[in-house]
Amino acid sequence: MSSFSQTNMPQQTGKPFIASLFIGLKQLKHLHISTFFIALLFATPLLSIAVEALAPNSETFAHIKQTVLADYIVNTCILALGVSALVICIGVPLAWLIAVCDFRFKRFFQWALVLPLAMPAYIVAYTYTDLLDYAGPIQVALRDWFGWQSASDYYFFDIRSLTGAIIVLALVLYPYVYLMVRAGFLEQQANLTHVARTLGYSPLRSFFKISIPVARNAIIASTALVLMESIADFATVKYFAVSTLTTAVYDTWLSYYDLAAAAKLSLIMVLGIFVLLYLERIQNGQKQTHNDAKLSAQKLTYQLTKKQSILAIGYCCLILTISFIIPLYILSDYAIDYFSQAWNADLFEITLNSLIIAGLSAAIAIVAALTLNFSLRVKPIKLHKTSLKLASSGYAIPGTVMAIGVLIPLAFLDNQINALADSLSLSPPGLVLSGSFIAIVLAHSIRFIAIANKGIEASYAKISPSLDMVAKSMGQPNRKVFSKVHLPLIRKSVLVAGLLIFVESMKELPAALLLRPFDFQTLPTHVFQYASTEQLEIAALGAIIIVIVGLVPLIIINRSIEQH
Amino acid sequence: MSVLSVNNLSVSYHDKQIISGLNLQVQHGEIVALFGASGGGKSTILKAIAGLLDQVSGEIHIGDKLVLSNNINIAAEHRHTGLIFQDYALFPHLTVAENVAFGLHQLSRQQQQQKVTEMLTLIKMQEYAQHYPHQLSGGQQQRIAIVRALACEPTILLFDEAFSNIDPQLRFELITDIRNLLKAQKISALFVTHNQDEAFAFCDRIAVINQGRIEQVDTPEQLFSAPKTRYIAEFLGEGLWLQSQIQSNTLLQTPFGEATYSGSQNLAEYVGESAMIYLRPHQFTLTHDPHSQLQVHNERFIGECYESVFQWQQQSIKVKSAESFLHQTVKVEINAKISKVFI
Repeated sequence: MSSFSQTNMPQQTGKPFIASLFIGLKQLKHLHISTFFIALLFATPLLSIAVEALAPNSETFAHIKQTVLADYIVNTCILALGVSALVICIGVPLAWLIAVCDFRFKRFFQWALVLPLAMPAYIVAYTYTDLLDYAGPIQVALRDWFGWQSASDYYFFDIRSLTGAIIVLALVLYPYVYLMVRAGFLEQQANLTHVARTLGYSPLRSFFKISIPVARNAIIASTALVLMESIADFATVKYFAVSTLTTAVYDTWLSYYDLAAAAKLSLIMVLGIFVLLYLERIQNGQKQTHNDAKLSAQKLTYQLTKKQSILAIGYCCLILTISFIIPLYILSDYAIDYFSQAWNADLFEITLNSLIIAGLSAAIAIVAALTLNFSLRVKPIKLHKTSLKLASSGYAIPGTVMAIGVLIPLAFLDNQINALADSLSLSPPGLVLSGSFIAIVLAHSIRFIAIANKGIEASYAKISPSLDMVAKSMGQPNRKVFSKVHLPLIRKSVLVAGLLIFVESMKELPAALLLRPFDFQTLPTHVFQYASTEQLEIAALGAIIIVIVGLVPLIIINRSIEQH
Repeated sequence: MSVLSVNNLSVSYHDKQIISGLNLQVQHGEIVALFGASGGGKSTILKAIAGLLDQVSGEIHIGDKLVLSNNINIAAEHRHTGLIFQDYALFPHLTVAENVAFGLHQLSRQQQQQKVTEMLTLIKMQEYAQHYPHQLSGGQQQRIAIVRALACEPTILLFDEAFSNIDPQLRFELITDIRNLLKAQKISALFVTHNQDEAFAFCDRIAVINQGRIEQVDTPEQLFSAPKTRYIAEFLGEGLWLQSQIQSNTLLQTPFGEATYSGSQNLAEYVGESAMIYLRPHQFTLTHDPHSQLQVHNERFIGECYESVFQWQQQSIKVKSAESFLHQTVKVEINAKISKVFI
């Protein structure tokens, strides 16, 4: 029997909100049962897709399979591999420059180069389309200067293409590689390079022979993350009319209302992602390239010459300008010029919708993550370990797939509720679950709970088990150990995780696009709607709000890295 | 013939002078320690010699090659030194064999393989060739780090606190092995350490560093018995400063009786003057004396002997003795010849 059953009523005065919520769990006599059910709830989308995908092939799927499925898969692979190659080319040199070299403005670039993370890829796509399209200022200026009459008179790069999508996604995803590989370089022992130098290797050869191979795990892990994000992208490829598996899922559902076909396409994607994660994991275990952190206090630093510094600053400026400053400038310009048209009661309501959805998603994910992690802490049994893993599986699932995964069980429940009402001769309530914003909240909580689980798990790992033993030996029940010992110690990571989920939820487009009730908008759907109809000027203000909200976690992450 | 000659070496870091006007010679086949407190600039000197620092001035010869002067600063990769660190610095992504072959890139594959086998045989670790560093113990990793450096036939090996990460029980076994290996191969080495036992066990001569300056370079025996400065005397071990009077060229009068002087300095001209001598706990002898005012009030057993403590002129004096004197009144005598007086 769980030790929760032996506890007394908690004192209700001055308890933190989360602690009060959690104390309610004592009503559940068996903590592991609640843990199991939370894990089951959070794994439901994945299970639903798997079950739905087992249905016999529909006409729609058969048609897709015969005609365009191969193209979808090929495009998705080219997109993911292209983005990965490009982020390595951009991110690894930046990481090395900032981690190892000393030059002017390095401290500024150290945090500034992370800023593109705040910029959703679809917003960068809209701004660059606006800039580089046939009717955009650059092509218009070129035609004016050279006297060209039409597009057939000259060649100009078509941003609305697979290559365009690769470039746009790489511009916003390179910070993953930059951040993780930079950390990898910083953790490397300077002595490795020093030894290589005394063994006859120049700084450049030492970089390729030692620094890169030793940072291999960080490069592969960050690239795997980028691969996943590229596969999951919906809005950019949709806007550029590039057919990938995510757009296929979206179109199959919204055009044909064929849930089974959408589930089959989703399953292909999920399987691909799991294969990727598996490959990443087995390679990670193959060769140990870890450093002993205690011995890595000494950092390698190259003092750049004036010429080298100019090149380094130029490269950092170029990347930052293309990935962040230009899109932000375009958006700001439009937001100011069209402020009176864009800022209205609708936008206020839409912003409020986004805030409510993001707030609820974060709260649900945090409470669930705390329950799961606390259970594992109190009883580190296999069931709790598996529950935690199962509940975290949502992060690997693209937003469109998650939407389908949530839609399947909620539609089933709605049907059951309506059937029950019918049998009781009551008027059917309609789509109370699948047709309300609850579906979006659920999808976001499930998709982003992994962020909370990872943060809380890491924080828990830092708390010595002897603290629990001491508290218990003093007669404190588990819930008191949680509220008086654990919560104060993990509070910071809980808040950071909550904030990160909030921001991710504010930016998330595909799930909201597929699950939103009729006439219900969130900021990303609002921006998507206007940008898709070539009205970026109206969408700009909403986009700016998303970017500003996205900057908050970056500031926190940067501060935490600097403190570290 | 010296394989390392450092003249007037100065090192700055962020415009702050860390080493100033340092001179040091290491002879062929000799092992020299740079010994001093942590943060005293020892590792900085080593890195300056290896060519890993920028703001360096002075003159360094490695072998017969001038590697640093006013207008020369040869890069680390062309100085022919071998660096060995406390953390071993083995490349974690390479096997033992690949680590040893790392600096042999100018040789053919077959020659590399031959050299690797030769090196691993030297330390009796042939069967570990395909292991990764994390699969080896600390001592094994350090042996590999040393033969990796040796494989390139460096002019001098530079050890940076190289043994401090090894389990104390195995450390001196490893030190003896490595010393024998270097002596057999006639390899010169410069060894940075803050550990006196390691320096004494590994090196032929020891250079004591204090605040970026070398205070004395001597054999371990000379350094211990005849330190040139008060700093060295105290740094090499706990002891007691005693004021004594010079009676003759060979005799000193101390508060604990007469003591014989056997040092090289001629004391004849100082007869009648007072001088300070530094005595360590093992240089006193205690005997039970019921009439003495001195009583051992504290004592601990430290394995090979007892360390007895008594109070004298408001000072706590420690004496090492074979038997216990706890709570006994004792007579104190000096049992050693004095090699150094500070006048």
